[in-house]
Amino acid sequence: MSRMEAETQELAAESPRMAMLREFWAYFSENRGAVIGLVVFVVICLVAIFANVIAPHSASMQFRDSLLVPPVWQEGGSWQFILGTDPVGRDILSRLIYGSRFSLFVGCVVVAGALVVGIIVGLLAGFFGGWFDTLVMRVMDIILAFPSLLLALALVAILGPSLTNAMIAIAIVQQPHYVRLTRAAVMAEKQRDYVTAARVVGASPLRLMVVTILPNSLSPLIVQAALSFSNAILDAAALGFLGMGAQPPTPEWGTMLAEAREFILRAWWVVTFPGLAILVTVLAINLVGDGLRDALDPKLKRS
Amino acid sequence: MLRFLFVRIGLLVPTFIGITIAAFGFVRLLPGDPVLLLAGEHGVSPERHAELMHQLGFDRPIWVQYFDFLWSVLQGDLGRSLVTHRPVLAEFSTLFPATLELSVCAIIIATVVGIPIGVIAAMKRGTWVDQSVMGAALVGYSMPIFWWGLLLIIFFSGVLHWTPVSGRISLLYYFPAHTGFMLIDSLLSGQKGAFVSAVSHLVLPAIVLATIPLAVIARQTRSAMLEVLGEDYVRTARAKGLSQARVVGLHALRNALIPVVTTIGLQVGVMMAGAILTETIFSWPGVGKWMVDSIFRRDYPAVQGGLLMIAVIIMFVNLIVDLLYGLINPRIRHTR
Repeated sequence: MSRMEAETQELAAESPRMAMLREFWAYFSENRGAVIGLVVFVVICLVAIFANVIAPHSASMQFRDSLLVPPVWQEGGSWQFILGTDPVGRDILSRLIYGSRFSLFVGCVVVAGALVVGIIVGLLAGFFGGWFDTLVMRVMDIILAFPSLLLALALVAILGPSLTNAMIAIAIVQQPHYVRLTRAAVMAEKQRDYVTAARVVGASPLRLMVVTILPNSLSPLIVQAALSFSNAILDAAALGFLGMGAQPPTPEWGTMLAEAREFILRAWWVVTFPGLAILVTVLAINLVGDGLRDALDPKLKRS
Repeated sequence: MLRFLFVRIGLLVPTFIGITIAAFGFVRLLPGDPVLLLAGEHGVSPERHAELMHQLGFDRPIWVQYFDFLWSVLQGDLGRSLVTHRPVLAEFSTLFPATLELSVCAIIIATVVGIPIGVIAAMKRGTWVDQSVMGAALVGYSMPIFWWGLLLIIFFSGVLHWTPVSGRISLLYYFPAHTGFMLIDSLLSGQKGAFVSAVSHLVLPAIVLATIPLAVIARQTRSAMLEVLGEDYVRTARAKGLSQARVVGLHALRNALIPVVTTIGLQVGVMMAGAILTETIFSWPGVGKWMVDSIFRRDYPAVQGGLLMIAVIIMFVNLIVDLLYGLINPRIRHTR
């Protein structure tokens, strides 16, 4: 009893924001998978940041006398190339380490781009309604009528194959989700008393949208951001695999897989490790996403 | 219900127009001269260029061009491929059965495996069974399927020599395509071993294409089941002393499946995207591989027509899913 009182006092003493964060963490950390995912994700981020310190070799260095060397634990492998080398003698481990930079970069840029544009368009559509809303939603419906990868492929065909254009295409394909979520949240919040109160006090439309309504509509957007982060990595790798994303010799994981394809029956390691890297990264982010959803969704919160 | 039907079909019109605008705009947005892109010619003289401009109608206002395009689309004319010079619609229709066969098999695998898995996970909530099934589902959901396909090829074709690496059937067999579905045609042909060969070619791509939908369906079934199992009528059914199998199978599952049907329908779009990758890996002669090849060959009429056809097919699948949802959901069926 006294302990609880002490805790309540402690919480009350903190700023409300800290208390909210603490509550969020309490829910999030209950989910073991989410915590594991977060740890793995942080490790991948560290690998990406310190790639030039960790990587044993350069990503483009070709060791001409050691082509297709198997991983260290297999016969013929050596400690010089822990995960083996590819058909032109580049160290696979080093390429994977540098490749993490591309995948995380793609995820960040795509989510940031789609999120910012999606929020702005969704806020405007939800707040003003009318013909603008109808027009925006019809355009979003049309984007969603095409399978995302196919549309991204077509956009890359227009823009030309490169990693930058792949990111732009994926961001365009993903932003309808943000527009829809933001619009739905704004429409729901717009009717609430606190918004009316702010309006009566004389808040400008811009202030109403950004300061009053937006912070209360963030939860679904955060969950969507985690989901589309992993989707962006998958789609960018798929485009790279199809030859429409990052171009060789970039050590992007999907592009590495495309280069390795013809060797699959001769050297399993050149195919296995890049894909495993994609899977682990995407899985970690999806675990975090599931945890975020459970922690932020009040419907699922146990009372 | 009838009114629901009409409203729903009426909603197709703006979507269809939007799709045609997108497909029309696609070629106009391409870098380079649209005349030369669509005519597939290089370095023509100014006179020839003007002639082509006129022939393809590019000298008229853009909205006239759009309505021309729309009119020919409605008549089933999607232009001609620059590479094969055959009508795009004919090319698409020859290849589509291969994609359809693959997708149908994949969705059957995903449903038949995904729903029971989800039900079991819900029944054993919180146990190691639930955790491992849902862990596996999350791995499936996160899977880069182009890599997954390559792994299966390494293992089943490379190590075990069980399945062929590519194509739809062994070259040993030849028979006329009655239906375009290799499984049915091979049975109709009556040739010994043809059906087995078709199945062995189909099984790996179908598994690859089924992976993500399977994971989504399992997750959705589990959460729908959990929701339903907490409802009063399920408790009543239990209180009446009905067996566990009857409660789960008859009362809970039937209602839990309503949202799952929508989920399965939504997977069709996912499958079309997946078909692009799966068909490329397994050299499966369907529309997905054809689209990728057309983009590489700069065969823009084919890409334009393919985009349009795929979007229209997804549009109709969504319609069917919505109608089906209305049929199985009594709350919608009985309104009005």
